[in-house]
Amino acid sequence: MAKKKNIEEPAAQPTGGLFSYAPAPESPAAAGDIATSYGHFIGGEFVDSSGSEALKTVNPATEQVLAEFAQGTEEDVDRAVAAARRAFADWSALPGSERAKYLFRIARIIQERSRELAVLESIDNGKPIRETRDVDLPLVAAHFFYYAGWADKLDFAGYGANPRPLGVAGQVIPWNFPLLMLAWKIAPALATGNTVVLKPAETTPLTALRFAEICRQAGLPKGVVNIVTGDGRTGAALTSHPDVNKVAFTGSTPVGRAIAKQIAGTRKKLSLELGGKAANIVFDDAPIDQAVEGIVNGIFFNQGHVCCAGSRLLVQESIHDELLDALKRRMGTLRVGDPLDKNTDIGAINSAAQLARITALTDAGEAEGAERWSPACELPGTGFWFRPTVFTGVSQAHRIAQEEIFGPVLSVLTFRTPAEAVDKANNTPYGLSAGIWTEKGSRILWTANRLKAGVVWANTFNKFDPTSPFGGYKESGYGREGGRHGLEAYLDV
Amino acid sequence: MSDVVSRLDVLKTYKLYVGGKFPRSESGRVYEVTDSKGEWLANAPLGTRKDARDAVLAARAAVKGWAGTTAYNRGQVLYRVAEMLQGRREQFAAEVALSEGVGPKKAAALVDAAIDRWVWYAGWTDKVAQIAGGANPVAGPFFNLSTPEPTGVVGIVAPQAGYGHSLLGLVSVIAPAIATGNTVVVAAAADAPLPALSLGEVLATSDVPGGVVNIISGRTADIAPTLASHQDVNAVDLTGAIAADGPGAAGALEAAAADTLKRVVRPELDPFAQDWTNAPGTDRLLSFLETKTVWHPMGI
Repeated sequence: MAKKKNIEEPAAQPTGGLFSYAPAPESPAAAGDIATSYGHFIGGEFVDSSGSEALKTVNPATEQVLAEFAQGTEEDVDRAVAAARRAFADWSALPGSERAKYLFRIARIIQERSRELAVLESIDNGKPIRETRDVDLPLVAAHFFYYAGWADKLDFAGYGANPRPLGVAGQVIPWNFPLLMLAWKIAPALATGNTVVLKPAETTPLTALRFAEICRQAGLPKGVVNIVTGDGRTGAALTSHPDVNKVAFTGSTPVGRAIAKQIAGTRKKLSLELGGKAANIVFDDAPIDQAVEGIVNGIFFNQGHVCCAGSRLLVQESIHDELLDALKRRMGTLRVGDPLDKNTDIGAINSAAQLARITALTDAGEAEGAERWSPACELPGTGFWFRPTVFTGVSQAHRIAQEEIFGPVLSVLTFRTPAEAVDKANNTPYGLSAGIWTEKGSRILWTANRLKAGVVWANTFNKFDPTSPFGGYKESGYGREGGRHGLEAYLDV
Repeated sequence: MSDVVSRLDVLKTYKLYVGGKFPRSESGRVYEVTDSKGEWLANAPLGTRKDARDAVLAARAAVKGWAGTTAYNRGQVLYRVAEMLQGRREQFAAEVALSEGVGPKKAAALVDAAIDRWVWYAGWTDKVAQIAGGANPVAGPFFNLSTPEPTGVVGIVAPQAGYGHSLLGLVSVIAPAIATGNTVVVAAAADAPLPALSLGEVLATSDVPGGVVNIISGRTADIAPTLASHQDVNAVDLTGAIAADGPGAAGALEAAAADTLKRVVRPELDPFAQDWTNAPGTDRLLSFLETKTVWHPMGI
């Protein structure tokens, strides 16, 4: 997160005031050619859908249609699963050292083409180029590198001497990190010898389709990776397909619950990465400036479209006013706008539907009595935008303190004692992540021990790494992605 | 032959084991337990959905203390269970022989195996974090550590079949869950509940805190769905659930568990083929753990 320390004006100061920035646009042409319409990627070829229905993906910053893509039918899913099944025998029989080299190749090609992919991701998703360039793409490549190295070392992963792949993995991923979620799913699946059918989200299919080209460049055997596009209907056809052995889903808790029900009684292995409502706890001895940066990074990174976003700020009562003043001052410096401008902090909301959901929940926040504040900032005339927003005076019963908003909206609650902070932090059915800000090490460990969350960031937030297991407690899902733990989801152990 | 005996045996009234106490079922009802030849052995309490809910309350109350104790201490407690079971070896051998229709030698071997299984898991309590967690070498100046933590309350459908299921199988599903700091509510083998109910007496005298293990006999079709759908149960072990359709069947229970996204251990495809004397791996030990990853920057 770039700091602009020279802007010390009060929060009401619009961005671009005294010290404005000249536009620093990335070239949209760097995204490479975007076809007017796309089919699926099945058996190593781009093929037409068996149906005629097509969906459109739009640039959420301009509302311009980028491309049409196929609404995958049950027949399409069937073809893709069959292709993956055919490829499975050879792929799983390949020595791990050879599978590893394919994954290394993919990682290298992603690095080579990272600018193209970063721009394409920004255009399709609406997230700022600074994040796709500096966060998403390096992590995507890192995940392929990391799991490449596991492919020939599975006997040493701690899952017994002869862990075996499961077969065909059906993977459904969300729109908030389209390429990163693809990497989280595909890299460990291929490393362990599975073949995959992946369905990207219906608002962000372009980078997954571009990834299909990378698979071809890498010479990946046909059918090892298949991409079928479409909406939830396509996803349901995939997760319920009888010849899928493994289902991996990242998305909302209601959909995850429905998938868990759908595959109950089958032998399919399931891993779920679902919603969250993370508490970001700030104790009175926290370094305020660092904490403010962490809070901003926690909730405004990726427009708040982050399942592990620090969306509930729990502040020790004695520093509430001081912290909120500093936070509002910092929020006043956030630049909202063109995702392809390298100065942009907060890009576009991914879709009109998501914008409507954020709007509805923030309206509910006001209606239930919380106090709303946003810095004055100009929003572009077209596209889907939402000002960074903070709610104070929030009680635990408010919807904005309980429901996942998935937008740049922070709810502030207070606490007096560490025990109360822990109680409030755990007072949600979710359990994905949490943050702790204090200078006292023993307090960090005491608090981290008691939080029901799969990832706890202490004096930092929203850090990711392929070696570090990620996943939730309670209704945030089950299974871990990343690290040695991430292999288990794709192995018969 | 005369019906007159010189001394009449004192029969035991079998009771549930809930919250460290031995209640009768709230239903006030019992059902006949017979041996493999159909001869009456005892009346076991017919546990109900209410008994299961009471047991979940007790299990929840016990989580904080049991999960909070040191792994070393949990290991000693589990080892103590083995000691106590050893002391009552003959009684359990007799119950297993009657329950499963095996000869005295085989029954004694099954009890010995159950004792050894407690010892095996006692040794795991302070080692599992070292095989399931560790430092993660992230690409940045961060201390990054993953540690396993107990999931919470685990509902268990005890093995209903398989060689050695009534005691060894039961121990094989309880011990790994509590070794890692979870508390459990167990639906005992419906046809062979006596070793399970007697195990409650062993646990009660083994320093296992009340509520850590709760054992209910009765119809699994009543108890198992209550556990699977309970809002305050975090995981279910469906080992003893039947694969067929209907209430109490694995698929239906798994679907019920999905409502609260419980962690699920599924039954084997053929539970009757299961031989509980086989060496346990770490699967069950790892099934009811959550991995927590803590990040902290490094610097001066």
